[in-house]
Amino acid sequence: MKYLDEYRDPALARRLLDELHRTATRPWQIMEVCGGQTHTLVRQGIDELLPAGMRMIHGPGCPVCVTPLETLDRAMAVAARPGVILTSFGDMLRVPGSRTDLLALRARGADVRVVYTPMDAVKLAEEHPDREVVFLAVGFETTAPANAMAVLHASRLGLRNFSVLVSHVLVPPAMTALLESPECEVQAFLAAGHVCAVMGWTEYEPIVARYHVPVVVTGFEPLDLLEGILMAARQLEDGRAEIENQYVRAVRRQGNGEAQSAVARVFQVTDRAWRGIGDLPRSGLELRPEFAAFDAARRYDVDGLHSAEHPECIAGSILTGARLPTDCTAYGTRCTPRHPLGAPMVSAEGTCAAFHAAGRVATAATTVTAEGASS
Amino acid sequence: MITECPVPRPEKERILLGHGAGGRLTAELLEQTILPAFGGYEGPLEDASPLPGLGELVMTTDGFVVSPLFFPGGDIGSLAVHGTVNDLAMRGAEPIALSVALIVEEGLELERLEAVLRSLGKAAQEVGVPVVTGDTKVVGRGAADQVFITTTGIGKRLPGLSPSAARARPGDAVLLSGPIGLHGTAVLSTREGLGFEADIASDTRPLHRLVAALSPLGDRLHVLRDPTRGGLAAALNEIARDSAVAVVIDEGTVPVPEPVAAACDILGLDPLHVANEGCMVALVAPDAAETALAALRSFPEGSGAVRIGDALPADGHPGRVVMRTAVGARRVVDMPLGEQLPRIC
Repeated sequence: MKYLDEYRDPALARRLLDELHRTATRPWQIMEVCGGQTHTLVRQGIDELLPAGMRMIHGPGCPVCVTPLETLDRAMAVAARPGVILTSFGDMLRVPGSRTDLLALRARGADVRVVYTPMDAVKLAEEHPDREVVFLAVGFETTAPANAMAVLHASRLGLRNFSVLVSHVLVPPAMTALLESPECEVQAFLAAGHVCAVMGWTEYEPIVARYHVPVVVTGFEPLDLLEGILMAARQLEDGRAEIENQYVRAVRRQGNGEAQSAVARVFQVTDRAWRGIGDLPRSGLELRPEFAAFDAARRYDVDGLHSAEHPECIAGSILTGARLPTDCTAYGTRCTPRHPLGAPMVSAEGTCAAFHAAGRVATAATTVTAEGASS
Repeated sequence: MITECPVPRPEKERILLGHGAGGRLTAELLEQTILPAFGGYEGPLEDASPLPGLGELVMTTDGFVVSPLFFPGGDIGSLAVHGTVNDLAMRGAEPIALSVALIVEEGLELERLEAVLRSLGKAAQEVGVPVVTGDTKVVGRGAADQVFITTTGIGKRLPGLSPSAARARPGDAVLLSGPIGLHGTAVLSTREGLGFEADIASDTRPLHRLVAALSPLGDRLHVLRDPTRGGLAAALNEIARDSAVAVVIDEGTVPVPEPVAAACDILGLDPLHVANEGCMVALVAPDAAETALAALRSFPEGSGAVRIGDALPADGHPGRVVMRTAVGARRVVDMPLGEQLPRIC
């Protein structure tokens, strides 16, 4: 069980930070793509120990945050149907939809249950043949294989009372969209280690070549992030743009072939609307036609809902790294983990929630930004 | 085709599971709903209260609804004794007597009830506290989950001790009697079948012996708190708030067993937010820190006692709890909102 402490060693962390301070001569702006990485950075305060002017831009990789509002509204409409057990990862329960959230719906009598793996939802369907079990299948390439396996398993069992509400999203199209934006300030990426554990990094090679942007596949522990940032800074200082792998203990160039083929059997690429970001072509996964029987959206006809974001929420700017949570007029006052206006305040991976849990306030954050801008 | 979301607007707020989790939602319910109904209350909310006019006697009450009834390291019966004995101990009191009220669900196997009661009786005997009164109710199937237990305890303060969450002073040493996160992760792992059951057992146990061992400190023992629901984060936040001080702890000194850290990583939990049933936080005058640690370590239940930080002057931020992280930065340790793990005690 020595896989945690050795990636949190204070002396090694200090050494990496010193090396970073010696290496970085300019105010580089690096985006960590994944919300899990944001969480470690903020929890450990790593972003505040960086060389003057160097800034981490928090990326769009919080699956809960980018799940479209329409999908949540659909999930709630499905959960409100009699006879339905709606199953989901715990994070999704407090995400505000247009009108309410799943926790409040549960308090009013809907059968909403937290599961830790989609296989648990399949098991529930087996145990309750008289009920309809729906799994809210969201997330990046990391959760897609398990969700695909659940559908394949349910199909093998011939379950008719199991379905999935699918809203998977893919990382490379989001990175491309960010880089295409004229306001993009990102000079290097830390790619999400667990997404790459599934998909490998061949998808990022054309991005690196086309946009001349360094990409470092990075893990989630404090030392992983410090090393990833250092590797990215070295590339930037040298004028290199390559794909490098910091997370060698988990990631191979080709990724996990078995997981990829399960995903390919069940899902196909589709256009997807990202919450807060907008429509991105070929940026999501949907069920293949041969698995249409497991499509909850089709089964329950929950199209045509009128979804509307809270007008004060700036989730889009947060998710693209254009603004900090502390720039938001509602942060910490009208928008808190208790009463979130938008998704980034809910999930542990959400940038606003990470800032709030670490007690970040507007004044401190403003200083960080000002330093970044002035140097 | 549906053109309108069928879910009605939330016309009234309802009780959420998080309201019972010991975090900010629970505090909100207490302050806005429960306390006003009893004529309001000024001052810190403690684990147990002195009886009016009988200053050396303290009283506490606690309901137990843990699911499952049996978990590695304990069960609802032993927990019902330990929880109440510990609430008395946190005010410097030795238990004198307990009452036990049972709410039993129709259809529960008698054998299971017997096992729970045997365990409860054994735990009380080990502490040396008699169960002097009680009550039994049976409700229809589904109106309760197997068995719920409410225990009330009366205790007598040890001479010279009057610890309170409001008595922390700047400069106090913050001590912790043992590792954190075991109870919450053990219960969750058993309930959800997560596979950590072999590695993690609840720390449920009485803490009255440790408190008695600290009694020579007298007035230099300022605060005792057992970090149950809401975990160490909630306990430290309550102490800092009620004493209007700041608290700083070092991440590297807080003992988190490896399997707990692993379980928390997988589940996305913060070990600081996870419930404990067998450790306590003690704030003592700085010159008493070493004596207190030695006293705690002389018992098996305190063998892992460590100093995790200090109380500091509020400096414009009364109630703030800060942690020095492994990489040398600082972050605020916030009061948990609700609880990711319902029905853990």
